[in-house]
Amino acid sequence: MSSTSGGPGGEALRVEHVAKRFGGVTALADVNLRLDRGEVLGLIGDNGAGKSTLIKILCGFHQPDAGRIFVGGEEVVLKSVDHARTLGVDTVYQDLALVNELSVYHNMFLNRELVRWPLLSNRRMRRLARQHLEDMGVNIPSVEDEVAKLSGGQRQAIAVARSVYSDARILLLDEPLAAMGAKEGALILDLVRDLKARGDVSVIIIAHNYGQILEVCDRINLLQHGTITFDKPTSQTSVQELTDLVVAEYRAARTAKLRPDPSSNARPAPGR
Amino acid sequence: MSDTVDVAARVEPAPAGRPSRGLPRRVGEAFLRRREASVLVVAVALGVYFASASPAFLTQPNLVNIAQATAPAAIIAAGMVLVLVSGEIDLSVAAVFALAPFNMHYLTDYYGVPILLAIVMALAISALIGFINGFITVVFRVPSFVTTLGTAYIVIGIVLTTSHAYPAPIPEAATETIRKVFGASDYAHLIWCLLIVAFFHVLLTRTRWGLHTIAVGGNPLGATEAGIRAGRIKIGNFMMVATLGGFAGILDAFRISTIDPNLGGGFGIMFTAVSAAVIGGTSLAGGSGTVIGAFLGALVLAELQDGMNLIGISANPYFLILGVAIVVSMIANVYLSRLRRAGRT
Repeated sequence: MSSTSGGPGGEALRVEHVAKRFGGVTALADVNLRLDRGEVLGLIGDNGAGKSTLIKILCGFHQPDAGRIFVGGEEVVLKSVDHARTLGVDTVYQDLALVNELSVYHNMFLNRELVRWPLLSNRRMRRLARQHLEDMGVNIPSVEDEVAKLSGGQRQAIAVARSVYSDARILLLDEPLAAMGAKEGALILDLVRDLKARGDVSVIIIAHNYGQILEVCDRINLLQHGTITFDKPTSQTSVQELTDLVVAEYRAARTAKLRPDPSSNARPAPGR
Repeated sequence: MSDTVDVAARVEPAPAGRPSRGLPRRVGEAFLRRREASVLVVAVALGVYFASASPAFLTQPNLVNIAQATAPAAIIAAGMVLVLVSGEIDLSVAAVFALAPFNMHYLTDYYGVPILLAIVMALAISALIGFINGFITVVFRVPSFVTTLGTAYIVIGIVLTTSHAYPAPIPEAATETIRKVFGASDYAHLIWCLLIVAFFHVLLTRTRWGLHTIAVGGNPLGATEAGIRAGRIKIGNFMMVATLGGFAGILDAFRISTIDPNLGGGFGIMFTAVSAAVIGGTSLAGGSGTVIGAFLGALVLAELQDGMNLIGISANPYFLILGVAIVVSMIANVYLSRLRRAGRT
């Protein structure tokens, strides 16, 4: 890798002064973020804070208007999703990019199929997919099942396993627990924990509901109005503190709305 | 999924780990799981019925008739399934069916091109029309229904204008052997049809192209995110169905020994091919379909038409039955795929 990344636990990803505007709307004002190798970073923030814009920049979908991005210590310009993927930055989207009509193992190898020209090496793909899912502790009835048969958590697990299998070094999980039951959520959190134990994959979890993800994250960043306003190791913060921060932000915004001149009263609005 | 399923999978990951069930039952279930199963049952049942109703049904000349009626629709349907699975449709293929034999005729009789080369060039022109269909659909984002409706009329217009709406004879340059190979002999249709169906079945189920076709139709956004070039897949499939349409047209021209501007009946053979695909279990929504099912669908349609003719029912209720068959098979399709997803079949 690069000389600037200092050994194990070195830097996986760094974002400096990234900004993005859409027309007159500033989605990201000035984002600074650092992700160490093998680290799990929780990126939280309320709706409209700029989470999805940041993710779309990191996965190569949007290009930032300003700022610099470093992958493994080297500055990069992420030209496309494909390009980011070749650099080892992969995103598991909420829509999962799985094809319902295809089997689990075909999904695992989607667009990276093993071929013994001209035919697919189905037997090898089946075996490798089964083995890889087993290694990752993902339990599904059969790799030959259509993905449509599986539950939300299993689908998510397969999408994550696929990214890891494709040598992703930096994994962006976009709201991995959205619309998922407690048991399903635990399945995903276990998966992230296993990834952390492997140590070669760094993860950013984007979440709306931080209560659940706190337990797997090493560090928490809070994104507010397009900037990171809070950055602490998980051990030094709590759900309570994070809740207070978000609520304070909400109250401040409410005060600003209720009173046209916010400088006249810095205290939160007394009413609810 | 419940925990018990997970545990079972962990203990016994092999999918064949159900020794308690009898072999016949397992074979039966494996059979029912195949989407082609129901239409095969219908095809066999129709065969049995018509054979018992009319002694002429199983005679060799009649079987040749059925084969020759099945083949053009099945050949086109093989390509149509790929287009449908990738989430598009091609309405222009019947027009290409009519155009290809004329191109062969123009090239040999007016430009002195050797007959075999003329056939290849006629197929290349068909493929070009397919390319145009795909290009307009993919690049200009015109729904393929509209794109191919337009090109269908354009191609029909070209056929009628250049031929002055008169039929033409098969080129003199076509030797006896060539005529026989390309459709004049009893079994040419059947052999070509089986080869093409087998090839496209393998293409759809065992190759990257087929897998990507399913992915593009099943989850367009997801397929693109995985880096699959959806446009290329779609354009390729349009080119294949058009080439098959042209080829089926040439086979039929040699069979009836004349080149007819009304060959394919404007849109007729295209609708037959789509019907065959749908009856065979292909979903118009994209993402699923089978080439063998479409072949069986074409066989069912040919059996119906031929059998009703033999037992003296007028041809008129044919469309009535065809319509019912399409609607019923579509309902069965939706219902069965829901069952399959629930893991019950």
